[in-house]
Amino acid sequence: MVGFDSSDDAAVYRVNDETAMIATVDFFPPIVDDPFQFGQVAATNALSDVWAMGGTPKIAMNLLTFPNCLPLEVVQGILAGGYDKVMEAGAVIVGGHSIEDKEPKYGLCVMGFAHPDEVLTNDGAKEGDILVLTKPLGTGILSTAAKAGLLTQAEYDEMLAIMTTLNKKGQEAMLPVHPTACTDITGFGLLGHVQEMAKGCGLSFELWADAVPIVPKALELAKDGIIPGGAYNNMGYLADDVVVEPGVALERSDAMYDPQTAGGLLITVPESRSGELLQRLKDLGVPGAAIGMVKARGDKLVRLRPGY
Amino acid sequence: MNELDARGYSCPEPVLMTKKALQKGTPLKVLVDSMTPVQNITRFASNAGYQVSHRAVGEDFELTITK
Repeated sequence: MVGFDSSDDAAVYRVNDETAMIATVDFFPPIVDDPFQFGQVAATNALSDVWAMGGTPKIAMNLLTFPNCLPLEVVQGILAGGYDKVMEAGAVIVGGHSIEDKEPKYGLCVMGFAHPDEVLTNDGAKEGDILVLTKPLGTGILSTAAKAGLLTQAEYDEMLAIMTTLNKKGQEAMLPVHPTACTDITGFGLLGHVQEMAKGCGLSFELWADAVPIVPKALELAKDGIIPGGAYNNMGYLADDVVVEPGVALERSDAMYDPQTAGGLLITVPESRSGELLQRLKDLGVPGAAIGMVKARGDKLVRLRPGY
Repeated sequence: MNELDARGYSCPEPVLMTKKALQKGTPLKVLVDSMTPVQNITRFASNAGYQVSHRAVGEDFELTITK
């Protein structure tokens, strides 16, 4: 049902009229030093694609590379962190594969299921839809700062909490409201994923920079030039598709290009149901925010304005 | 002229090194080897009230920071 011809979050295979299988794989090198926390972040990230596609994750398999000089406790810590999040997701780890490599890397292949009619792609947005984001931005900037020891314990904890919050509740909140499209925010940053959604449906998206939730510390760090190279790469490849209006603070647009790890869901929903979606998110303790609107196709795919 | 060679360091090191070097005064010349530190140092220094310019020097970049 969904494969290479669209740039979606996961592959979808129709098993029969009642069941579609959703399959995804993701792994990366450590972005935090603590093995258990790294495992948690990697699993939160790998599981996310299944929820973004409207499915329920059921089966996961570990992918692990590590240098043989690494103590066994480190490997155990990473796997325990992954197991912790897969359990919380209600799925099971059924196996995996590990090989020796210079650098440790961890992630999972995750399979989930959905009714074929309820599979959510990233290309179904309609003109007039409202864009809702379910996690604050800034984890790329914050993890760059963390590597240099620039975060307090409280700031680090806030970053970790964002990267280890499953998108399970976000999905639970959105499904009854019948979103038109959904994706999750990862390495391409908010603007990269918005561009992808806009391209997919052939419309233009307008974003309200001041309405986008961004961790305050990340804005402060962006002003100080603590921005990962990945944000500039995103800026570069998106240059032709994104127009930034005057009045948008540079640190806000920087944060919107910032590559995220295990970022939130980006949902488009008819305007008439957007209030209901925000309320449902709130009731489930998910910090949802309306950050933009789907417009008729303009000269650029994405227009970033300061406000409404 | 205060000078700093931050080539071979990855972010956020060049910014932190620049911050430190600026304590010794301006003008400061900073040599870096990619556009990421150029943009990061430019953001930091302009927000801190400095004038910043940069030019390509072979495969590297040289920033000039003045008060």
